[in-house]
Amino acid sequence: MSTKVSAKVNELKFSRHLTPFRGDGGFAKQILQQRLDQPQDLDLGLANWLKEMRQDGIDRIANLSIPNPKDEDWKYTNLAALQKHSFQTCQDTLIDPNFAQYVTDRILPEAIESHITMIDGVFVPQMSSIQNLPQGVIAGSLVELSRHGKFELLRSNLDRHLSQHTDAHDYFATLNTACLSDVAVVFIPKGVVVEVPIQFVFATSSNLSGVSTISQPRCLVIAEANSSLTLVETYIGMSTEPYFTNAVTEIWLGENAQLDHIKVQWEGNAAFHVGTTSIEQSRSSRYKSQAITLGAHLSRHNLNVQQAAEQTETDLNGLTLIACQKLADTHSSIEHNFPHGSSYQLHKCIVDDQAHAIFNGKIQVAKDAQLTDSRQLSRNLLLSSKSRVDTKPQLEIFADNVKCAHGATVSQIDADELFYLQSRGINIESAQNLLTYAFAAEVIDKIPVGSLRATLNSFVLAKMQTLLC
Amino acid sequence: MIVENSKVILSVKNLTAEVDGVQILKGMNLEVKAGEIHAVMGPNGSGKSTFSKVLAGHPAYTVTGGEVIFQGKNLLELEADERAKAGVFLAFQYPLEIPGVSNTDFLRLAYNTLQKGRGLPELDLIDFDDFIQEKLKVVDMDASFLNRSVNEGFSGGEKKRNEILQMAILEPKLAILDETDSGLDIDALKIVSGGVNQLTSPENATILITHYQRLLNYIIPDFIHVMAGGRILTTGGKELALELEAKGYDWITEPEAVA
Repeated sequence: MSTKVSAKVNELKFSRHLTPFRGDGGFAKQILQQRLDQPQDLDLGLANWLKEMRQDGIDRIANLSIPNPKDEDWKYTNLAALQKHSFQTCQDTLIDPNFAQYVTDRILPEAIESHITMIDGVFVPQMSSIQNLPQGVIAGSLVELSRHGKFELLRSNLDRHLSQHTDAHDYFATLNTACLSDVAVVFIPKGVVVEVPIQFVFATSSNLSGVSTISQPRCLVIAEANSSLTLVETYIGMSTEPYFTNAVTEIWLGENAQLDHIKVQWEGNAAFHVGTTSIEQSRSSRYKSQAITLGAHLSRHNLNVQQAAEQTETDLNGLTLIACQKLADTHSSIEHNFPHGSSYQLHKCIVDDQAHAIFNGKIQVAKDAQLTDSRQLSRNLLLSSKSRVDTKPQLEIFADNVKCAHGATVSQIDADELFYLQSRGINIESAQNLLTYAFAAEVIDKIPVGSLRATLNSFVLAKMQTLLC
Repeated sequence: MIVENSKVILSVKNLTAEVDGVQILKGMNLEVKAGEIHAVMGPNGSGKSTFSKVLAGHPAYTVTGGEVIFQGKNLLELEADERAKAGVFLAFQYPLEIPGVSNTDFLRLAYNTLQKGRGLPELDLIDFDDFIQEKLKVVDMDASFLNRSVNEGFSGGEKKRNEILQMAILEPKLAILDETDSGLDIDALKIVSGGVNQLTSPENATILITHYQRLLNYIIPDFIHVMAGGRILTTGGKELALELEAKGYDWITEPEAVA
C-alpha cells in the first residue's frame, strides 16, 4: 500500500516543489511503513473504518510535499534536521517503570478520574481512568471504546468530523491520517456540563529501546449544543534523544458550547513536535485556548479556528518559553466568516540563549463577517543577545464594518525594573527570574486548572536559569 | 534630630559621576549622622535625583571620582542589591509597575532576602501576613493593595505610600526619598510624611530629595543643602527652606552662573 508514495511521483506532479528536498525524499514512505499494526481482536467495523481513513490519507499524501523554507508559511522553520532521522514506531508494549512514574507524575490531580494516557500512540489502560463523568459523556481511546461496542454509537460523529476540520493539503495532518491507528475521543452530549477537566496525556518513550521513535496522536473533541468542557492535552517525553510527535487535534463545538482547551507541549529537549489543532465553531460557541510551548528541539504548532456561524467567540492565548538552540514556531489562523464574531489573541514568547521563536497570526475577516471584533497582540521578551523572534501579524479583511486591532512588541528585561527590584535587596538573577515570571504569568494565570497553573508558574520561576538543553 | 556624638552613617567626599558620558555630579560632599534628617533641595537639573541613584547603585550611572563610605564600608564597591542588604533604601520618584507579581509576594521576597542576609529568620506566608498588617497602618493602606500587582494601576499617591510601606518593612539605616512629595495632594502628603516621621529614629538617617519646600512643613529636616550644577552650594538649618520659599533658588545659583 505504502509504496504508492514515492519521491518520484511527487516530482512529476509538483514540479514547483522540486527543490530543495525533492518531494520529501521518502520521508512519508518510510513512516508509512512504520504504522502501528492493528490489534488482532479489533472490532471489524472500526478496522474497516480505520483502513478507509488511512487509505484516504495515503492517497492524499502522495500528492503532497513536505514543507520547505521556500513556502512562506515555513520560511523560518527548516525541517531538514527532521528528515535526517528515520523514525520507527515503538511496538514494544513493555513500559519502563521510571518512564511510567514520569508519566503518572504529569497527571493532574483535578483529572485523577478523567484522564487517558497514550504512550507511543497506544492506549495504556492501567494509566488511564475515566469515571464518574456525567451521563452520556464518552471519553477514551476509540480502539478501547470499540471493545465495549461504542464504535457504532460514535460512527456518525466520526464520519462527520474526523479529518473534516484539518486542511486536506496539510502535509503533517495528512501523514497523521495515513497512519491512523487510534483516536482519543471526547464526546459531550447536548447540554452537559463536565465540571472536571479531561486530560489526554500523550507520551513518547523514545530511545528506551535504542531507536528514534515516532508517535502520531490523534484527538477528536465533539461538544454538542450548550455543553461545556475543559480539556488539557499534555505532550511529554523524557528522552534527551530525538523522537518525533506528529499530533492532530480536531474540535467541533455545537451551538452555544464552550471549551477551555489547554495544550502543554513539554516534549524532550531533542524532540521534534508538529501539532495541528483545528477548531470549528457553531453559532454562539466559545473557544478559549492556552497553548504552552516549553519543550522540543524543534516544534511547530498550527492552530486553525473557523468561525462557522454568527456570534462566535475565540480567545487564543499562547506562551512559548524556550532556551538553548530550540526553535518554536506557532502559526495560528482565525477565520471570521459570519457577522458578530469576536476574537482575542495574546501570544507571548520568552526566548533565551540562541533559541528562536516564530509567531505568525493570521486573522481573516470574510466579506460577510460584518461587525467582527478582533484583537491580536504579540509580545516577546528576549533574554540574550543571540536569541531571536520573528513575529508577524497577518490581517486579511474583506468586510467594511469591523474592528481589528493588532500589535507586536519585542523587548528585553527593562533595566529600570531590574534596578527597582535590586534596590530592594533582590539579586540580579532572582530579579530577572521574577520579571520573566511576571511576563509569563499573564498567560499562565488564565489557565482554569489550579495545579497546572502552579506547576507552570513554579517552572518558570525556578527553572529560568537552568533550562536544560 | 541631631544627636550628640552619634555615629556617621554616610560620608560622601568629592563624588563625581556621569551618565552617558555627561558629567552630572561635580564634587558632592555630604556627611550624615545617625538620627539626622537631611534635605537636599535644588532646581531641576541640579543633580539631586542622580545623587540618589548613584547612592543606591543604579548601573546606568558611572562614578568617576570621590568616595562614599556607608557605615565604614565602601558603598561604591557594592551592587545595588548588596547596598539594600547593607541598609540603604531608595524610595523612587517614579515607582515601577510590575504586572504579574503580587505586591505581597514582592514584599515578602524583599523582606526575606534581607532577613536571610542579616542571618535572621524568614517569614512564611501566614507570619508575614500578620507582620504586614501592622506595617500597613504606618501608611494607612488598605490590605486589598497587597493582592494587586506591584504598583499596577495605583494612583500616584498610592505608589508613594507603597514605597514608604516597603521602607517600613525593610527598616533601612539610611533612607533616601527621591521627590517623594511630588505629585501628591495634601492628604496623601500628610499620610506619606506621617509614615516617614514614624520610621525615623535616633538609629537611622534620612535624606529627603525635594524640589519644593512644602514637604519640609511635614518632615522637619535638621539640615538643608541646596544643590546646583552637580554640587552642594549652600547648607543651612531648617530656616533655609523658608528663605528659599521666599526668594527662590536664583540668589544661590546666580553667583555660580556669574563665576
